[in-house]
Amino acid sequence: MSAPSLKFASEFRDPAAAKVLLAAIARKADAIGATRAKPVHIMEICGGHTHSIFRYGLDKLIHDGVEFIHGPGCPVCVLPMARVDECVEIAEKPGVIFTTFGDAMRVPGHRKSLIQAKSAGADIRMVYSPLDALELARRNPGREVVFFGLGFETTTPSTALSIQQAAREGLTNFSVFCNHITVPEPIKALLDDPDMTLDGFIGPGHVSMVIGIHPYDFIAADYGKPIVVAGFEPTDLLQSVLMVLTQIAEGRAAVENQYGRVVPEHGNPVSLAAIADVYERRPSFEWRGLGEIDASGLRIRLRYAAFDAEEKFGIGYATGRRNVPEMEGCACGSVMIGKLKPTQCPQFGKGCSPEMPLGALMVSSEGACAAYWQYAGAREAAE
Amino acid sequence: MCLGIPGKIIAITDAARLMAMAEVSGVRREVNVACVAGNDLEALVGAWTLIHVGFAMSLIDEDEAARTLEALRDLGEAQEALEQMAAADEALA
Repeated sequence: MSAPSLKFASEFRDPAAAKVLLAAIARKADAIGATRAKPVHIMEICGGHTHSIFRYGLDKLIHDGVEFIHGPGCPVCVLPMARVDECVEIAEKPGVIFTTFGDAMRVPGHRKSLIQAKSAGADIRMVYSPLDALELARRNPGREVVFFGLGFETTTPSTALSIQQAAREGLTNFSVFCNHITVPEPIKALLDDPDMTLDGFIGPGHVSMVIGIHPYDFIAADYGKPIVVAGFEPTDLLQSVLMVLTQIAEGRAAVENQYGRVVPEHGNPVSLAAIADVYERRPSFEWRGLGEIDASGLRIRLRYAAFDAEEKFGIGYATGRRNVPEMEGCACGSVMIGKLKPTQCPQFGKGCSPEMPLGALMVSSEGACAAYWQYAGAREAAE
Repeated sequence: MCLGIPGKIIAITDAARLMAMAEVSGVRREVNVACVAGNDLEALVGAWTLIHVGFAMSLIDEDEAARTLEALRDLGEAQEALEQMAAADEALA
């Protein structure tokens, strides 16, 4: 196959480099016999990478023997409905100021989303940082300020450091509703799925900046799959795909770091120490579409229980009641593990759009469905 | 939420709490620098960092900062981060 034409060349900061990488990927894909009928499946774990792939049309520009599978690395998208319900329950309690990242406002719950709860009168405020929630707690000593702690290892240090700070100041009206999750465990769950046909991974960049590259060792050592930690620029992603294909061509499986300019091999020691001080692993945590995954979520340690909203309000895992079903007709789960394309969901563009999301994958710009909606539709119209 | 945005540290505002003023795309925002602080806090002034939800998480060079910002603008993430900072100011008001 010849090198694909660079239809979106003007979008690239360095179109010449992208062209060279695309040609090298094509040669490597041909060499290992990857074709449209029998493609190499590479999962980009991080939702930021999914967004970048669609934004630059990399899935179309790349050799058609390389198929991107969009992974579970969008924290808003994997948040189960039951947790949204619990957010609303906390937010509706008298005296509570519920603070959250804006991304989470429109995720549907069974009764309502946070934005609907806010319209109905709950004091819900969008903040940029848990530090804003801390400041609200200082300024409102008569109110209970709860921060919705959400995200992978990238945001976990921010809530850990905020809880440590609250403890140092002796704040008694600040707590975190902890929904922090970890990247390696769901990847292990995906690799253990007998239907899974992944050939390699693009590893998350900013998560790895915190945890380093060794938590992924098992992917290469135990499952024989290559993984390359990547940056977010289009040429970073293309170079990482080339590195994965090169490993496959050479019959190797290793953890490699394409994003060494930001990702230290052993991560960020201050962040890791704060996480270890404040959090411990839950026995399991529920993921939308993936179910309960062992040791994939964090909870606040007993010594910081005063800052744990689950303990303070007797909610969530503290109550032992779980297993709330997801919305009927929503195929987010199958899309999340790469079994369905977003457009194959019966609700895509019908019952579910970014304006009226039914499933979480349509809410966040890092969700595969929202990315398809935003970019693939416009692209098809242009073709 | 998951992508950091480059910001330049312009002053240390509260050494005890490890807080500094950063300039992000022309907007000033107080950030925590615990994760990038060495022994000399003042040495951070002038440094470029990657900021996640109000925490400077990594030191980067100026070229990396410019390239990252450009990529984030392409993705609409830079605007989103700035809007979130503005929304937070409103929440605190």
